[in-house]
Amino acid sequence: MSDQTANPLRDAIQEAIDENPVILFMKGSPEAPACGFSARTVAILQSLGARFAAVDILPDPRIRQELSALSNWPTIPQLFVDGELVGGCDIVSEMYQSGELAQSLGLEAPEAEEAEAPTAGGMEQAPLTIENRL
Amino acid sequence: MAATPEELKERIEAGIPGSVAEVTGDGHHFNAVVSAAAFNGLSRIAQHRLVYDVFGPEVGDRIHALSIQTKTAEA
Repeated sequence: MSDQTANPLRDAIQEAIDENPVILFMKGSPEAPACGFSARTVAILQSLGARFAAVDILPDPRIRQELSALSNWPTIPQLFVDGELVGGCDIVSEMYQSGELAQSLGLEAPEAEEAEAPTAGGMEQAPLTIENRL
Repeated sequence: MAATPEELKERIEAGIPGSVAEVTGDGHHFNAVVSAAAFNGLSRIAQHRLVYDVFGPEVGDRIHALSIQTKTAEA
């Protein structure tokens, strides 16, 4: 495969990553995530009070193709901080629990005692889970 | 043909020499806990990429979702 040809979509994705200190590529929107993994990642970011840009990859399958080609990461969601891929839902969840995520976002970890990932059950301020969406 | 946890386990262990994988799943969504000395010194991103790379384009397609937890191991 050649990467030499002009690729406006990939350029636009790269630009979005460069211009937004925290950007989440997800399925659906933060208000209406279309996948449990995207929902959980949004819930974690929101529980930290993080400000983030969000891009819905669903409207055009090429967005996901180009994003994955760019990031060398196969799954959605993908969180970028300061232009670097942090990871998907698994890594974001692990980093949330360890406090590293708040640190990398320059935020205070909420009640540093037991930072449980906001999944079903332990969630209060998480807006959505796949359970209450279905 | 639907993927099985057994298949994923075998392929991870074959693809990452010395690794031990525990895989659960329902044929579409899988969860893999993988320990390997090959992860030592790698970032989480790089560790997870090693696992994803075993399956290439099947992730997101035939293997609809693959949650990964990686652990380093003694060489």
